[in-house]
Amino acid sequence: MADTVVGANPEHHAGGQDPNRRDFIHIAAAVGAVGAVGGLAWPFIDQMNPAGDTLALASIEFDLGKVELGQQVTIKWRGKPLFIRHRTGKEIAEAIKGDTADLRDKQTDEQRHKPGKAEWLVLIGTCTHLGCVPTFGGGEYGGWFCPCHGSVYDTSGRIRKGPAPKNLEVPDYAFLSDTKVKVG
Amino acid sequence: MSGHSNYEPKTGFERWLDTRLPVVRLAYDSMIDFPTPKNLNYWWTFGGILAVMLGVQIVTGIVLAMHYVPHVDHAFDSVERIMRDVNYGWLIRYMHANGASMFFLAVYIHMFRGLYYGSYKAPREVLWLLGCVIYLLMMATAFMGYVLPWGQMSFHGAVVITNLFGALPVIGPKITTWLWGGFAVDDPTLNRFFSLHYLLPFMIAGVVGLHIWALHVPGNNNPTGVNVKSKEDTVPFHPYYTVKDGFAISVFLIMYAAFVFFNPNALGDAVNYVKANPLVTPAHIVPEWYFLPFYAILRAVPNKLMGVLAMGGAIAMLFLLPWLDTSKVRSMRYRPAAKLYFVIFVVTCLILGICGGNLPDAHVIPGLNTFQLGDADLNSMVWLSRIAALYYFAYFLVILPVLGLTETPLPQPESISSPVLSHPANAPAGAAASPEKRG
Ligand code: HEM
Ligand code: FES
Repeated sequence: MADTVVGANPEHHAGGQDPNRRDFIHIAAAVGAVGAVGGLAWPFIDQMNPAGDTLALASIEFDLGKVELGQQVTIKWRGKPLFIRHRTGKEIAEAIKGDTADLRDKQTDEQRHKPGKAEWLVLIGTCTHLGCVPTFGGGEYGGWFCPCHGSVYDTSGRIRKGPAPKNLEVPDYAFLSDTKVKVG
Repeated sequence: MSGHSNYEPKTGFERWLDTRLPVVRLAYDSMIDFPTPKNLNYWWTFGGILAVMLGVQIVTGIVLAMHYVPHVDHAFDSVERIMRDVNYGWLIRYMHANGASMFFLAVYIHMFRGLYYGSYKAPREVLWLLGCVIYLLMMATAFMGYVLPWGQMSFHGAVVITNLFGALPVIGPKITTWLWGGFAVDDPTLNRFFSLHYLLPFMIAGVVGLHIWALHVPGNNNPTGVNVKSKEDTVPFHPYYTVKDGFAISVFLIMYAAFVFFNPNALGDAVNYVKANPLVTPAHIVPEWYFLPFYAILRAVPNKLMGVLAMGGAIAMLFLLPWLDTSKVRSMRYRPAAKLYFVIFVVTCLILGICGGNLPDAHVIPGLNTFQLGDADLNSMVWLSRIAALYYFAYFLVILPVLGLTETPLPQPESISSPVLSHPANAPAGAAASPEKRG
């Protein structure tokens, strides 16, 4: 490099000493280039994250009056299925019985519904394994069965068997009145 | 691309061009005069077949893209319109959909060829690695292409595969959201998959260029696995292999055409002719046939993260292979023990494919209920795939490393031109191919 050129700066250091001004220029230029490329890379990565309008479609309201006892309605929320289940006494009893079982993802039934509203279960209907939509009434726990790789959920939506690691997720929701919920 | 060139420009224009951009020289040296071992068999024709199939996919794909609409509300209908209304749209789509299957069929044969004849060993490691990269890109391309028609299988396949990344600790869920561009597989996902599905085949073409470059440095391996020693051992690529490859390509295209014209949906899933519905998963979701072995490995493991890692590991094995096999003998022709394990390996891959296509609890032998072990039914597809997956990994991680150190190979021929004495098939009657002790 420059230090081999005849007449180059005689004070030019041998390796290991303080960097001189030329080194500084090299380092600064390299850092600048890396910083610029890195800084530009981020917008190109982040553009793939959810866009503003996608984020804005966050909450919906739902009228529970439409769901008969023992029925389940599936609606779409943020592109995902949402289960709104009107549980029978038998289902609730079975769910409470499950509280003491050896659970993979420990939660009591109480923690999975709003206080005093045990008959209403609101769940995100995607299997916590790889995201298929479980069907109600399959599997040996009276709850949901996932057709993809055989995960079995109980009447509280808790994982009991199969490859899924977690219980069916309970989204953020609130009762606006006795018959209306707001999800998200 | 390397070494000495015999090209002599004939016309004034060729001389003029040759001193400015020697492309004719490049083509001549790599496709006409290229010295090629004289003993290549038909397993060596799949490289040419693959090149043709890549071309077919690109041409048919670009035409499809002229009519296809990448939007969740229109994608399914636009594909149906291609099928019904666009002139010859049915032909072009069936060529593309079946072309993907043919492409994978050819690549699997091509890879097993490499496995058997030791084409991944020195000095061809980089060539092999580039092949593995092409295979990965093909899988990504085919997966995203399958999402485009936006049928039920497209959609739920996309959900399952993108959720695989969610198994990674901490960053997993962030990656899936990033891949989706939302909270679920939706319009942004379809759009980006279309963009990438268009791009990746051209990246494949680029890597194919490197792959061929890396081939032309050491030259072809051959069925004996013995290095080319002299000019005696080779013939020029043209006309010998242009004709042989051309014949194989023709036969392959006839089989391809048989699918396209007589049974175009044989390899596809009927459920994909139902428009995607995010609220209902089909009862039996399966990927396209070429992914079934990996799908079986995924399902063989009861834990989510471990299942995903096992599936990734199955592909990683291919990348590590050049350093796992300890044998210096390339061709399994001279490795009787390895040959046996190889045959079992091929069968294992087929078994994994069958397991992946069936429900996990389906019985392997129908109507037999005696193989119960506690909670487990050993007569089930899951258990069969567990055993097969175990062999798959053992082949790479135990058998090939150990066998190379313990086996006694048969004597290899001196050169490609003199395999008569050592090829067991050619041994004169009465004289055992290998009288010496065996391992
Ligand atoms: C490596 C090469 C390629 C492979 C393996 C491949 C694979 C696939 C597959 C499996 C499908 C789904 C077919 C179906 O079931 O309908 C598909 C669809 C599609 N591909 Fe490709 N493809 C390749 C190259 C391309 C290229 C270069 C383009 C150019 C833009 C393209 C454009 C399309 C379009 C528009 C569709 C949707 C229409 C349809 O589903 O038939 N593909 N591709
Ligand atoms: S997605 Fe439900 S079990 Fe795999």
